[in-house]
Parts: sequence; C-alpha cells; structure tokens
Amino acid sequence: MADIQLPPPEELAKVSFQPRPQGWMDPCVEFRPGTWSYAGKPKALETVGMPNPREWSPTDADWKLPENWKEIILQGLRERLDKYRSLKVFLDICVRCGACADKCHFFIGSGDPKNMPVLRAELLRSVYRNDFTLAGKLLGKMVGARELTMDVVKEWFYYFYQCTECRRCSVFCPYGIDQAELTMIGRELLNLVGININWVMEPVAKCYMTGNHMGIPPHALKDNLEFFADDIENITGVRVDVPINKKGADVLFVVPSGDVMADPGIYTLMGYMMLLHESGLNYTWSTYASEGGNFGLFTSHEMIKRLNAKIYAEAKRLGVKWILGGECGHMWRVLHQYMDTLNGPADFLEVPVSPITGTRFEHARSTKMIHIAEFTADLIYHGKLKLDPSRNNAYKVTFHDSCNPARAMGLFEEPRYVIRNVCNHFYEMPENTIREQTFCCGGGAGLGNDENMEMRMRGGLPRGNAVRFVHERYGVNLLTAMCAIDRAVLTTLMEYWVPEVKVSGLHELVGNALVMKGEKKRELNLRSEPLNEGSEDTSD
Amino acid sequence: MTVVAPLIGVLALAAVSAAGARIGLTTLFCVVIPYAAILVFLIGVVWRVLSWARRPTPFNITTTCGQQHSLRWIQSSPLENPHTRLGVIGRVLLEVLLFRSLFRNVKHEFVSRENAAPRLAYKASPWLWLGALAFHYSFLVVFVRHYRFFSEPTPRSLQIVEMLDGFFQIGSPTIFVSGFVLLAAATFLLLRRLLLPQLRYISLPVDYFPLFLVIGIALTGILMRYTAFRTDTAAVKNLCIGLMQFKPPAATEPIGAIFFVHLTLVSCLFAYLPYSKLSHMMGVWLSPTRNLIGASRMRRHINPWNYPVAVHTYEEYENEWRDKMKAAGIPVDKE
Ligand code: HEM
Ligand code: SF4
Ligand code: SF4
Repeated sequence: MADIQLPPPEELAKVSFQPRPQGWMDPCVEFRPGTWSYAGKPKALETVGMPNPREWSPTDADWKLPENWKEIILQGLRERLDKYRSLKVFLDICVRCGACADKCHFFIGSGDPKNMPVLRAELLRSVYRNDFTLAGKLLGKMVGARELTMDVVKEWFYYFYQCTECRRCSVFCPYGIDQAELTMIGRELLNLVGININWVMEPVAKCYMTGNHMGIPPHALKDNLEFFADDIENITGVRVDVPINKKGADVLFVVPSGDVMADPGIYTLMGYMMLLHESGLNYTWSTYASEGGNFGLFTSHEMIKRLNAKIYAEAKRLGVKWILGGECGHMWRVLHQYMDTLNGPADFLEVPVSPITGTRFEHARSTKMIHIAEFTADLIYHGKLKLDPSRNNAYKVTFHDSCNPARAMGLFEEPRYVIRNVCNHFYEMPENTIREQTFCCGGGAGLGNDENMEMRMRGGLPRGNAVRFVHERYGVNLLTAMCAIDRAVLTTLMEYWVPEVKVSGLHELVGNALVMKGEKKRELNLRSEPLNEGSEDTSD
Repeated sequence: MTVVAPLIGVLALAAVSAAGARIGLTTLFCVVIPYAAILVFLIGVVWRVLSWARRPTPFNITTTCGQQHSLRWIQSSPLENPHTRLGVIGRVLLEVLLFRSLFRNVKHEFVSRENAAPRLAYKASPWLWLGALAFHYSFLVVFVRHYRFFSEPTPRSLQIVEMLDGFFQIGSPTIFVSGFVLLAAATFLLLRRLLLPQLRYISLPVDYFPLFLVIGIALTGILMRYTAFRTDTAAVKNLCIGLMQFKPPAATEPIGAIFFVHLTLVSCLFAYLPYSKLSHMMGVWLSPTRNLIGASRMRRHINPWNYPVAVHTYEEYENEWRDKMKAAGIPVDKE
C-alpha cells in the first residue's frame, strides 16, 4: 500500500487560488505522490477483454500505447460525437461564464485551475475544436484549439481521474453542462488505448467474474451473512433467516458488496437483515447478483451494461416479482438512469408492491426496482414498524446526501423521514452542502484508493468542513450516508478532518431502533457497544 | 494577446466599414454585407440545431435538483425534478427566461480561524445572474425596438415597448434605458472577465470578441441617437424597408460613417452567432440534463443504438462454483 505523507489539516486547508502565470493551453502535469491512482493491472484488463493490457505507471515517460494511439482516440471521439447529443452540445455551447468553477470540491480543496469543471472540459474541448471544427482548424489557438499530444493525454488522465463524476457542477451551469458526462466519455476514450486505474479495473474484473467488487465467492458470501445473523442473535436474541438464491421468493435484494466486508458498512447490512426479517418480506439474496455497484460507470457505457446485466438475469432465473436495492450511491445512478435502458425491458417482473402496506410503487413501474429507503419510509408511514428511537440517543446525527441519489434521483425526503423516525437528534448541515448541492466525499468514481490520499482529503475538504460545522455547533458525532463508498471513504475523511465523528449507514440506525418480535432486552447497539442507560423507555 | 487580438479585430471591422462609408461603398456595406450576414445566420442556425437534434440521447441523464416523485405523501419538486412533460417545459422555460441555474450561484470563502483549519463559508452571489439577465433582456428590447425601422407605421405593440423603455423621458430625443443597460451590462461582463483571476485564466480570445462586438454596437447606436453623430433616420428607414422588400434603394442618400460601423458590427454578430459559443441560444433548449423527464424508473428511455454485449452468465458462474455452492448448501440449477 502506498504510504502518503499528509500535512496536518490546518496546512492542507491553506489553499492557494492564484492561477499559474502561463495559460492552461500548454499541457503540464506533475505526478506528485498522493494525487493520482495506480494504473490498471494487465490481469484485470485481460479478464474483461479490454485493450492494451500491460504493466505501466503514470510516472513512466513511456506509457506503452499502441503506435496509432492518436488515431484510435480521435476515431473514438468521432464515434461518440455521433452517439451522444450530450457530448456534442456540451462541447459546443459552454460560454466560459465560470459559474461552475468553484462548485467542484476538487477545485475548492486544491485551487488547481484545471480542477474547475469548465477547464476540465476544455481539456477535451480543445482537442475537439482542433480536429472537429472548422474554426479550430483555421484559427488554432485563437479559438482555444489544441493538438492531441501525449502530454495532453497525460493531462486527461490526471484530471479525468480527479473528477468523481459527482455532477455538482451541472446543477449550477446555466445550460446544465455536466462534467461527469464528459469525464465518463473522456475515460472511455482513454480506455480505448489501455489507460485506466487499478482501483476501477480490479473491481470491474472481480464483479464480472464473481458477481461483486470484493470478489466474494458464493460460499463465503453465505458464511458472512450467517455470521451477521449470529451477531444479530447475540444482540437481539432473534434469529433472522438468510435466504440465498431462493427460487420462489417475491423479491430479489441487491446491495453494494462493500457492506458485506467492511466496517462500518456491515452494521448497515445487519440493519437490512433485521428489517427484512421483521417486515416478513419473502425475499432472497443472490450470490450471482451479489453487487449492485457498477464500476462500469467509471469505465465505459459498454461496461455498465456488461456488469449490470446480471441483475435482471438473476431476477428472471429466480422468478421474483420485483427487485429491492440497498444503500449505495453510484449503484443507484446505474439502476435509476441506465439499467432499464440498457438491459430492459423488465417485462417479466411486476410493478413493485409492498405486500406489507399494499403500496404500489408506481414511480418504479418500468424498472421494477425500488430503493430500500423508499421501502422503509413506506413501512414507517403506515405504522408497520415498532421503533424505539431512544436507542440511538448516543448519536447526534447529520445526513450526507450521496451525489448520485441526490443529483441523479432526487432521493432527499425518504431517508430524512426514516432518520427522524429512528433518531431523536438529527441536525442538517448548511444548505449549500446538502441535497442537490451536496458535496462529494472526495473518493467516488474509483478515486477512493490509498495512493490518491492527498487528493481525497482535498476533495473531501468541503464535506469535512460542513461536518465540523455541525459538530462544533450541535455536537454532531455521527455522519450517516446511504452509500457504501461513502461509508468507506468518509470514515478516512472524518479521521483526518473531524476525528470526533463516526460514519454509519441509514439502516444501521433503523436496526438499532427496530423493536423486533420476541427480542430480548437490548443492551448493545449493532456495533456491540452498550446502549445509553435509560434509553429503553419506548418514546414512540 | 487574448484580449488585444479580439479588440483589434473589432476595431479593424469598424475602421474598414468607416472607410467604406468615406469612399461610398454603400451597396457593399448597406446591402451586400447585411444580406450575406442574414443568410449565413439562418443557414448556421438551421445547421447547428440539426447537428444536435439528429444525434440521439441514448440515456436519461437528467440532473435532478429537487425531490423525486415517489411516495404519494412526499411532495415532489415538479420543476426541479420534473416527472411530467409539462414539468420539463416549465423547467426549460425557467432556464431560458429567468436563468434559473445561474441564480443558484454561490461563492465560497475560506474564513481563517485561530489554531484550526479555516472554515468554508458560502455566500449567495447573484451578480453574474443579474448581469446576464440585464444583458440579455436589454439586448432583446433593443432588438425589438429596431423593428421601428422596418415598418411603416410603427405598430402599436412596439409603441408600448418604446413607451416603457422611454420611461425616463428627459427632453428630446426620448432616452431609451435599454441601450444604456446593454452597454453597462456588457461592460460589466467584460470587467468580470478581466478582473477575476480565475475567469481571466479560462477566457479565450473568442470570449472577448462578442463582448467587444456588443459594446461596439451599443456605443455606435448610442452615438447615433443622442450625439452630434445623429443619423438621418428617414434614410435608414428607407434603406431597411427596401432591404425587407428585397428592393434596396438604388441610390441611398449618404448615411453617416457611424451607421456603417453599426450595421457591419451587427452583421458580424449575427453571422458569428450560430458558429460560436453564442449558439448557447439554441443549445440551452437541447441540454439533456435539463430537457428530459426525471422519472426514469417510470418510463423506459430508449437508446437507439443499444447493442448486445458479452456477459458472464449465471450458467458459467455456476459451472465455476457448483461444488463449493453445493457444499455450502446453496441451491444450484444443475446437480
Ligand atoms: C435563451 C437562453 C439564454 C441563456 C440561458 C443565456 C445565458 C448566457 C450566459 C449565462 C452568458 C454568460 C455571461 C458571461 O459571459 O459571463 C451568456 C453570454 C452571452 N449571450 Fe446568452 N443566453 C441566452 C440567449 C442568448 C441570446 C438569444 C443571445 C442573442 C444574441 C445571446 C447572446 C449572448 C452573448 C453575446 C453573450 C456574450 C457575453 C460574454 O461573452 O460574456 N444569448 N448568455
Ligand atoms: S457554468 Fe456551464 S457555461 Fe459556464 S463555464 Fe461552466 S460549463 Fe461553461
Ligand atoms: S462532476 Fe463533480 S468532480 Fe467532476 S468536475 Fe463536476 S463538480 Fe468536479
């Protein structure tokens, strides 16, 4: 593992916003340790049949590209210009008004002008002008055209992997120009010649073969789930069942696999198990569709489809009626905006109906998949859950809207409704840092690796700051987020910026508050920490 | 260079047209160039819009800026996250007419503190929004007011516009506010670009060029209306009506050099518009993050080029793991 030396937070937060005297048109990148990610390993690329597998490093002078790399990339750009109106419109109409500039967490945290979304786009736009517009061909630099050189490619790599595809910039742009779309296509172009990062490619390869990012084989998945069931039994005295690959279940349940392995995601997973048991839903896990997350989103549109296909396929094989999805960010971007289009129509499924409340989830009538926050909010609204929010009294909670559920779904009220019902102490962060204006954790889109640590801490600076604000003002000590990547990278982020604050998922809090039939007197929360004394008096 | 080159360009255009007036190239500057500009503009607009419209939107990539439409008892945001066609129309109109997204603009600021990392604060920053609105609306009003030169008599609706615009009547001629607002707003946008370090860094010569053009147009317009450079409006009207009827007057009375400059800069702006970033005027209608219905789980979005891909099937998966699965008691399809 990379050992990145970080300056203390007070130092890192002194960001200089003075642009370099020379303009941005001359490509220049310095691969400073802590600000970039390791290259994709050849084995991962071979597993999924991606081009140009080889050992290389961004710090090498020679990136070992195919001889005609330039032709390949330009041809790739030409094809994509024809396939995506978004790409063409976004490249054509930016007025460089700068409204997006300081909306990017990487710009705020690094001050590097090329982290302004508008300039990140110009890196690609300049090449587009040069090779695909008449003005660029005639007037060159005057209209901001640049030739595609190896240095430009290196710049693309550096800055397209300093964008977490969070879409915050697109909220503020008067034309909705979405840098995430340009980053996705930019990364797709780089992938054509074998330029990518391992923290994306490894999960892609594992997900393709074993069904999940962590590479958990079927029997190990079962072991883990049984293990959590044991823990739940220790804490609550109730044995929850663990249905796996069960034909005849009504509902297929798909989660991000990170929650199966790593603290604190596992507590959220225990929360799911308790909730589903208590609600009496006839559901099943799948070892094949054991991942809802999809690093194809950070690779190429084709890879999104290849990795996502298993979800409908498994739903069909098991004969379920509809699909329920766990708490994950980018997973929900794929499920909400891509799955039906790429792998639908899901005409073999039924419109999701909660058998407990009778609610028909009309808003998911085509995709046939709902978010567990929607499911739980509906249960609570109909009074189907017995909850004791005082069991979360040790926590002063704030909620981090994950980028994708926020800006690609608009899932704002459901989780807040759930939190208000399972906790007594909930405080919002400042309004410019939540909901559609939420700030990224700094580690999404494959950037949550150790070698990229400085950039992660910089990118997470605005989020860290907002959490510290509510920590100092209200004593907030728990940051709740509905995303597996968040639960992993926000934990590191909090250790750096606000060490007093821990991270959890939504359903960990649900699990704590849930009063189960036949449970023993609860003494421990899901983390097996003692509950506050006097917290058992039910305050409904 | 970035600032000077476009400035020289605009000054050169002005100089050439002024010289044209001096040597009497009236037909070239008052007939040929305007006609050519309008032609180039119209062809450009059609070509540009088609170049976007014929490309597919393979995915529903709405940027959702408000609560989704989901459970009945949760109020959704019909304009920020529209789930109906009507909502989308409203959303796009808000962008076009009120610059909704630009209105969100906030500025960040590091507030330093003793012995601790500085705090980030955010402040509403409506200046760009205000400047842009003033700029565009005054441009629109000025544009509409010019219809006066193309119609005889002046239509009633236009007289109302003129009356409102001439609100601050101070003697004669009536002062029209819009021209001055246009000049001030364009100057503001220019100063922003020149003075804010980040903005200056991202600005290209082609960002300054239209600003200089507009400033030039507004300046010459104001000069002609209110100063000693006053132009013979009857002659201008005569010319414009002639142009409209495709019967340009054979021998126009001499019109001042300032008018030549004004007309040439306007022609350039129009001819330039569809081929440059000013095509945002059409593009904003076609932006897929704004003009698609947010409810992508409710209606299937069709990708016309969706193609089959290689996947790892369940069968292959089970073949690889069957023994382990059976040993762990996980059901399998083939024993
Ligand atoms: C219809 C929706 C429109 C929207 C939302 C819009 C928005 C904007 C914005 C935000 C700017 C940036 C200001 C800046 O540069 O700082 C701008 C610039 C500009 N727009 Fe528009 N615009 C629209 C239509 C038009 C139309 C119809 C014209 C007609 C000529 C136009 C002409 C210009 C010009 C000349 C600039 C240049 C200002 C500059 O470069 O700074 N726009 N527009
Ligand atoms: S806000 Fe939009 S138009 Fe303005 S600079 Fe950014 S991407 Fe370009
Ligand atoms: S998508 Fe997010 S990370 Fe990427 S440029 Fe925009 S604001 Fe920055």
